Amino acid sequence: MNFTIQAEGVRKRFGATQALDGVDLHARQGSVLGVLGRNGAGKTTAVRILATLLQADAGTALVNGYDVAREPAKVRASIGLTGQYASVDELLTGEQNLVMIGQLLDLSGRQARVRANELLAWFDLTEAADRPAKTYSGGMRRRLDLAASLVGRPSVIFLDEPTTGLDPSKREDMWDVVRSLVRDGSTVLLTTQYLEEADALADEITVIDHGRVIAHDTPEGLKQIVGGQTLTVRPVDPGRLDDVIAIVGELTGTRPEIRNRAITAPVTDDELFGAAVERISAAGIAVTELSLHLPSLDEVFFTLTGRTTELQEAA
Amino acid sequence: MSAIATAEAVPTTVTRAKDPLRLLRHSLVLAKRNLIGVTRNPEALIDVTLQPIIFIGLFTFIFGGAVANGSQHDYLQFLLPGVLAQLVAFAGASIGVNLNTDIEKGVFDRFRSLPIARSAPLIGAVLADIVRYALLCVISIGFAYALGFRAHTSAPEVFAACLIVIAFALCLSWISVFIGMLARTPGSVQGIVILIMFPLTFGSSALVPADTLPGWLEAFTDVNPITHLVGTMRGLMLGGPVQSDLLWTFAWMAILLAVFVPLALRAYRRRT
Repeated sequence: MNFTIQAEGVRKRFGATQALDGVDLHARQGSVLGVLGRNGAGKTTAVRILATLLQADAGTALVNGYDVAREPAKVRASIGLTGQYASVDELLTGEQNLVMIGQLLDLSGRQARVRANELLAWFDLTEAADRPAKTYSGGMRRRLDLAASLVGRPSVIFLDEPTTGLDPSKREDMWDVVRSLVRDGSTVLLTTQYLEEADALADEITVIDHGRVIAHDTPEGLKQIVGGQTLTVRPVDPGRLDDVIAIVGELTGTRPEIRNRAITAPVTDDELFGAAVERISAAGIAVTELSLHLPSLDEVFFTLTGRTTELQEAA
Repeated sequence: MSAIATAEAVPTTVTRAKDPLRLLRHSLVLAKRNLIGVTRNPEALIDVTLQPIIFIGLFTFIFGGAVANGSQHDYLQFLLPGVLAQLVAFAGASIGVNLNTDIEKGVFDRFRSLPIARSAPLIGAVLADIVRYALLCVISIGFAYALGFRAHTSAPEVFAACLIVIAFALCLSWISVFIGMLARTPGSVQGIVILIMFPLTFGSSALVPADTLPGWLEAFTDVNPITHLVGTMRGLMLGGPVQSDLLWTFAWMAILLAVFVPLALRAYRRRT
């Protein structure tokens, strides 16, 4: 099997910190690989190694078949990188930023301007094209940064937490962009702290923690491991917690957990939510929260790392 | 430029990136970026606009009475070529500060992920400084003329003096680039560069005739590149022999490039 992005046993140490401790990553051409992990898990280090900004201490990494350590220039010719912080030049206008990148990619001045304007239009930045990037909002900067990484029509795109800090509506816009890039045949490696985001975009998800891969699966497979949806009920009156536990426990057939004055329980049956709403209102319990959602990253890690521990104990 | 090409031949870069024309083109694109930054941030020009006026004014009126037999006019004649060398040396601090800031902000991550030579952003920044140093020369000479300075030579010779001081400044500024790659914060870059430039410029023939100095200091000023640069410029602006100082100046320029360009590039590659 040939992978467009292929990393095997990549290790990297910074002083006393083992940032990556033997990480494998694989992405097929035209797919989205989601790399899910908490802050400091090693996601950014992995991206920087794949994008030739950092040298790994050990292991191999190939992008488009080129070794990132031995043929970095060939790798750079086919990748686009959008960092966690938007790396645009604040003093240049949006258009100047993109034209500069185009010229560095050996486009003529005219070609670079044409490409810049295409991208500005696509990312809804045409009106702001002549303003210095420092006047842009956070979301506009992210878009400009992403546009800058697409000037050379890269076939492999690294998106390092592209939506961290964006408000939800802007996040959806970013997701649409990622989907259209993949439709055009690009391969995307996306790091994120949100299972929801990985679930929405990725064909496969690699979960890393403390520099190690702790799970690799399709979104469906991962959700089977960590549990699908979670039902959360938060009664107004904490005195009704026991009543809520009784109802939720009976409906889901599980022992609900209490966290922070809210009851949570895993849900497998989609129709169960309606029943929960009916039963709780019939019991006359006022709630401040009643929701169905995918597990948070903390819950994913709780399940995955808890599982790992159990396995180790069993072995 | 040969020192730059040699430095580029060290590992990792491929054939295409070594193409000198392509490197020059990329460097010019990046130099333009630096210049646009300057126009958006004019206070970054203080060291090449106000500083020359303050240095020339202060030195003429403070030292002028004490040196050159009490004639401020004579001292200004002596001072201008020297203070020009000192001013470009100090103005070199800003390139290290700016590069250090750029790296902290992440703009360089983008450049490093592009298929361009790693040295292009550094060379671009150095080339952009030509404009700053040219402005420094125009303002210094203009202000000195207003105070009564008169060149004893022809306009082409004064122009040549300016070209040499700018060319020298471009070579000297690689020290600042190197420190900009090493230092942890932009503020410390400024401090370190100024710390180097103080003894280098004051311990030269820039402000006083070197033969008034104690023997051990004269030994230092005799080899100091600033002394040879100033000697060349005095010859070109006021008349007198130039050849020996000019050769020493070119030799120093080559040494500065040969030492600090590779050091700066290595420090840049290692910086993550």
